[in-house]
Amino acid sequence: MPEAELRGRVQKLLAEAHPERTDSITFRRKQFEHGLAWVHFPEGHGGLGISPKQQLTVLDEIQKHSKVVHHDPPVSTIGIGMGAPTVLTYASEAQKKYHLPRIFSGEDIWCQMFSEPSAGSDVAGLSSRAVRDGDDWVVNGQKVWTSVAHLSSWGMLVVRTNPDVPKHDGLSYFIVDMKSPGVTIRPLYQITAEAEFNEVFFDNVRIPHANMLGKEGQGWRVAITTLMNERVAIGGGGPKKKGAGGIAQVVQLWQKRKPGALSPAQEVIMRDRVTRAWMENELLRVTNQRARAAQKSGNPGPEGSVGKLAQAEINKRLWELAIDVLGSDGLAFEAGYELRQSGFEGRTAEALAKYQFLRSRANSIEGGTSEIMKNILGERVLGLPGDPRVDKDVPWKDVPRS
Amino acid sequence: MPADFVFTDEHDELRQTVRAFLAKRSDEKAVRATMVGERGYDPEVWKQLAEELGLVGLIIPEEHGGAGYGPVELLIAMEEMGRALLCAPYLGTSVFAAQALLTCADAVTQKELLPKIASGAAIVSVAFAEPNGRWDVAGIGLRASGTGANVTLDGEKTLVLDGLCADVLLVVARGDAGLELLRVDASAPGLSRSAIPPLDLTRKLARVRFAGTPATRISSGDQTSSFERVLAFVCAALAAEQVGGAQKCLEMATDYAKSRLQFGRPIGSYQAIKHKCAEMLVAVEMAKSAATNALFIAAANEPDFVEAAALAKAYCSEAYYHAAADNIQIHGGMGFTWEAAPHLYFKRAKSSELLFGDAAHHREELAKHVGL
Ligand SMILES: Cc1cc2nc3c(=O)[nH]c(=O)nc-3n(C[C@H](O)[C@H](O)[C@H](O)COP(=O)(O)OP(=O)(O)OC[C@H]3O[C@@H](n4cnc5c(N)ncnc54)[C@H](O)[C@@H]3O)c2cc1C
Repeated sequence: MPEAELRGRVQKLLAEAHPERTDSITFRRKQFEHGLAWVHFPEGHGGLGISPKQQLTVLDEIQKHSKVVHHDPPVSTIGIGMGAPTVLTYASEAQKKYHLPRIFSGEDIWCQMFSEPSAGSDVAGLSSRAVRDGDDWVVNGQKVWTSVAHLSSWGMLVVRTNPDVPKHDGLSYFIVDMKSPGVTIRPLYQITAEAEFNEVFFDNVRIPHANMLGKEGQGWRVAITTLMNERVAIGGGGPKKKGAGGIAQVVQLWQKRKPGALSPAQEVIMRDRVTRAWMENELLRVTNQRARAAQKSGNPGPEGSVGKLAQAEINKRLWELAIDVLGSDGLAFEAGYELRQSGFEGRTAEALAKYQFLRSRANSIEGGTSEIMKNILGERVLGLPGDPRVDKDVPWKDVPRS
Repeated sequence: MPADFVFTDEHDELRQTVRAFLAKRSDEKAVRATMVGERGYDPEVWKQLAEELGLVGLIIPEEHGGAGYGPVELLIAMEEMGRALLCAPYLGTSVFAAQALLTCADAVTQKELLPKIASGAAIVSVAFAEPNGRWDVAGIGLRASGTGANVTLDGEKTLVLDGLCADVLLVVARGDAGLELLRVDASAPGLSRSAIPPLDLTRKLARVRFAGTPATRISSGDQTSSFERVLAFVCAALAAEQVGGAQKCLEMATDYAKSRLQFGRPIGSYQAIKHKCAEMLVAVEMAKSAATNALFIAAANEPDFVEAAALAKAYCSEAYYHAAADNIQIHGGMGFTWEAAPHLYFKRAKSSELLFGDAAHHREELAKHVGL
């Protein structure tokens, strides 16, 4: 679509609902109706069927006319980043019509219920069971580490519908109303003492057959759609401007460091570490930029797969450095460790550094551990042979589990 | 003469006794219950450590009511305490304060305070660090004004180990003679104390403010070089504690890697995990060498003790931190939860790294000592 035409459409949206005079949900609903939510989605489903790169034009035009940008509320990341593309690919027309606008607007928060106590990296090894009963499926089992389940209206659920076939073949995928009878959500507190994630228990929960995405036994294929989008959502993003994001916070801490706390020799060492962190963050940004460019040209290379792994490790180092820059002040944790469910409150640079120092430990675990990401790079990108598999071609019920 | 690192049967017995006691009284449940309390330690356990095990006064001479042991026994005790994540004023009182008194204080004060420490009757803390964030003697700026035995203090000390519950504070300040050790009692007027919410809940820290607070001089002459040795001693002891923590992380990670199955196999059968564990083992053994070396050198009264302590604090700080971080990673999502133990060690490891100077600080000390 010509750029001018697209900008014209954004202006029509702004004339109808200006972000500065409209609440986030109403504005985003309108944005969806105008096909400006995900421009690459089909018309009628929040898009215009045009190239995803044109989404940037939408944002640019909104920002030109408004100081307020209704960003994706952070709690909606899972629905917007992973739920929407899965729904778009696999759900019925009626389901798309119902869910997509509500996901985009943030009216409905979504969660992803894949992991289980004995199935994390090995998602396909999961044990929750669903059994057909008339028009419904009856689900029993336990999910774990489910981010924002406590705030969610809907969840993406993978369960086992056939234990007698190899693990990938016996799974089915559902979307589930989190208010269904028999669903119990319990907060699971984290290293930060906050609970972003939960345990979710299913006790004879009935899910209508119509809520199955894909066919019975094809759950793994659907799950892959969600997981691929998860890694993009986690890895691909990042600041678009030089020196922005977390590194800006750390640089600020560095510039405001206590005079005299470091000896001249240590100043030099610390400065080198800050510079190194700055380089890594800059290169992460540029790598993401290369990945986007490659995607546009239709020649995606390894730069895309590198993102999630590099980001996790670089981010952990960044916040370790922040604590080291704080030095003795890093011994204090002013926020305290009162157990609570997480909000997404604003934090000062120092408080953010301390929170992130703890929170970033999860970066190399959530959405696929760094070890798993390395296996994927080695095997899929570099073509190295895989580990011998003991669970291939074996009925799921015969595979050892812990 | 190089130290020979020989542990006697008595040493092994000491280790077994301490380990068995801590297994009972400082298991994970006890640690979690104690760390959230304001005092940060269990007086009952402290009493037993003092009276039944003689650990509180471990390095205090028998003439002052202590056990009269030395650095090698301290190495063993600290390793075990680090392993069990014991919540107690041990580093602050039994090591830092006791050593400061033994090295810098006059005979009268030694005679009065050391038995009180050894019996567990008094918590004595050393107020050393100041808000400038430095851990060297040259960073001390607090002035002791006045001549004679009695002086007054105005200013602030921070990161005082167990400072909130201390009965007596030993304050390092600058007087006419140079660096001095002063005594301030908990009830002194113009003394105010507040808890610092710690990154590591298992070790309590306080901020102490003096406003015209009366203090007593308990040292004579400039204590700069004596106090450097006291700091080195505390660092060596802390390094031993770090070794114990790192060792425990290694064991937790290895045990988990053997029992956790993914893709039908124990995760320890994947080289990514196996190599991580093996690298932890190498680092833990090196760390053990560093701490053992430092405390045997201390026991032998060798002149290169300060250098060995710097080496130990530098190496053990990083080894513990990396072991604790890898332990979380190997535990996966479980390792990120509050209910599992890895985060407790991770926080202790990071705070121990920063306490008394980070690895870079001690490498710089070492470089100076060995002429690099
Ligand atoms: C903050 C956070 C939020 C999360 N949110 C969600 C969510 O919303 N929904 C959801 O479904 N899940 C969620 N998860 C779960 C997450 O996806 C899993 O924790 C992750 O996949 C790892 O699984 P695990 O914890 O069982 O670790 P395990 O799979 O048990 O792994 C343990 C260790 O073994 C290693 N390992 C395992 N297999 C291999 C192998 N083949 N080769 C080499 N090393 C291996 C791992 O790298 C790791 O170091 C979340 C996790 C965290 C920490």
